[in-house]
Amino acid sequence: MNFLPEPTLNSYLVLSAVLFAIGTAGVFLRRNLITILLSIEVMLNAVNLTFVAVDRYLGAVDGQIIVFFVMTVAAAEAATGLAIVIALFRHRETLNPDAYTTLKW
Amino acid sequence: MDALLFWILAALAVIASLLVIGQRNPMYSVLLLIVSFGALSGLYVLLGAPFVAAIQIIIYAGAIMVLFLFVVMLLNAQHESQVAGSEARFSGGAFARRFGAALAIALAIELGLAIRQLQATPFGGEGRPASTVRDIGLRLFRDYSFAFEATSVLILVAMVGAIVLARKERS
Amino acid sequence: MPAFLTPELIAHLTVIVVVFFGLQISAAVLVYMERKVAGFIQQRYGPYLVGPYGLLQPLADIVKLVFKEELKPKAADKILFYVAPVLSATAAFAAFSVVPFGADTDFFGLLSHPIHLAAADVNVGLLVIFAITSMGVYGIVLAGWSSNSKYSLLGGLRSSAQMISYEISYGLSFAAVIMLAGSLSLREIVDQQAGSWHLFGLAVAPRWYIFPQLFGFLIYLTAGVAETNRAPFDFPEAEQELVAGYHTEYSSMSFALFFLAEYVNMVTVSAVATDLFLGGWHGPFLPEWLGWIWFLVKVFAILFFYIWMRWTLPRYRYDQLMEFGWKWLLPAAVINLLVTSAVVIYMGG
Repeated sequence: MNFLPEPTLNSYLVLSAVLFAIGTAGVFLRRNLITILLSIEVMLNAVNLTFVAVDRYLGAVDGQIIVFFVMTVAAAEAATGLAIVIALFRHRETLNPDAYTTLKW
Repeated sequence: MDALLFWILAALAVIASLLVIGQRNPMYSVLLLIVSFGALSGLYVLLGAPFVAAIQIIIYAGAIMVLFLFVVMLLNAQHESQVAGSEARFSGGAFARRFGAALAIALAIELGLAIRQLQATPFGGEGRPASTVRDIGLRLFRDYSFAFEATSVLILVAMVGAIVLARKERS
Repeated sequence: MPAFLTPELIAHLTVIVVVFFGLQISAAVLVYMERKVAGFIQQRYGPYLVGPYGLLQPLADIVKLVFKEELKPKAADKILFYVAPVLSATAAFAAFSVVPFGADTDFFGLLSHPIHLAAADVNVGLLVIFAITSMGVYGIVLAGWSSNSKYSLLGGLRSSAQMISYEISYGLSFAAVIMLAGSLSLREIVDQQAGSWHLFGLAVAPRWYIFPQLFGFLIYLTAGVAETNRAPFDFPEAEQELVAGYHTEYSSMSFALFFLAEYVNMVTVSAVATDLFLGGWHGPFLPEWLGWIWFLVKVFAILFFYIWMRWTLPRYRYDQLMEFGWKWLLPAAVINLLVTSAVVIYMGG
């Protein structure tokens, strides 16, 4: 077990950056409304990980409280987003965001 | 032991997230995201935050993902003729592809530089006990009480809004 | 003996093994108890052919289930169809892992310091139970979806909607007890229930939380029965209405896993009720180290109540069930929490 380096704050921050990048890639590249919402959740989780890691580094508790609020807001956003997806699906019968470009000039 | 757990959970989280965005069936995407949340919950325990780990499972994996799962089942169920999966086309013009590739290379270079400095900031204070729910409760209800109340109003608004938006139109 | 095999490690592993097999054995005992009690309630003998008083009936049931053919609908999702029962059973067993069932013991001096009698002792134990119970919904949802049949899908959706609705009242009834006890750890909550209240020098009642929290106990039991999909809240798996709900398409060992998951969930709900409201392993006449006997007695008393309810009460219709959960039980749980917190503040904490 001694050949693995101990995790440091930087390891957690790099992990969080990688997860955030994956989430962003998902938002830009996927053409399915639900998968886009899932990628947004991945990004929010990456940010939560940053908060908790820095919390541990600084010895405070505020980061965890902010994480609590981020989760609550993520829940509200997921509920509203999914309701919009359902409403949109009723009109066009497809989950491809390219079908909802009527407002584009 | 901590190091081994960190690397296993980190690898699990990254692989699960990659599969979430790279994989066609939205049902499997949701389940893989739950796996990723589980890995993150383990990482929170390693970071000495058991309360956040527990509420990550309760709220994210236990409630929000059930919501996603219901919607995936609802929307797919109406169209059995469609093959279970998404219309995944990685679209975008030539300029978008080139710009994206340049940005991705920049990101990779920066990640490489960051990884070389991994040992720069060790966590001091190894003997510090895990933060208790009591600490979190005291801070939450004393210093952040306004935000707490505002969040409850936010959730109410989101609930009402979701019901109204997803209602069948009466016409 | 290698250096890491300390007596403490062996003791811990033994406790884990005891918990695991104990849960399976209690599921088998529950199978027998259910059929016998149902028989007596319905004025007939229950099973009596297999073994003395029918005691080997669970063994016969298990042998039958093992020998049945394992069927899978052709259009079912290959991976999820088999993952769903595994997920249900895993969540059921994992939820019991943080429930303590006896006093700290050092096995009469074999160990250097006492260990806790629980598979895992975490100081946010109640949150862990709540978290794993919310994960149990996935087994049902995935079973309903992956079977690709309308009875399963409807049963799965209804069952999971019921479970997530009653989870809130379940959690709020915990919260009132947490306020009284001041801790999230089940072990500390049980420790606070030792001893008894005295009136004029006589021990009148044990210090169990059921007495200050009678309403909370009733809310907890109702929500617990609804969480485990048992009568009178078992509409989603009622034979007369939905064939068998989400486990219609399952047979042989997959069905056995769902069956096992349901019984282990019942045991977990009863065990948590015992720890939170009925004083855990404290009881008269027995020494502290035999407290687990009282624990078992109390758990099986609640299980008997579960079975009694199933064969006595008529079933709630699904919309009545959901209305009850949201419009009656949830406000009741919130009011219980408010009154408890007011009393705690008034009495000075």
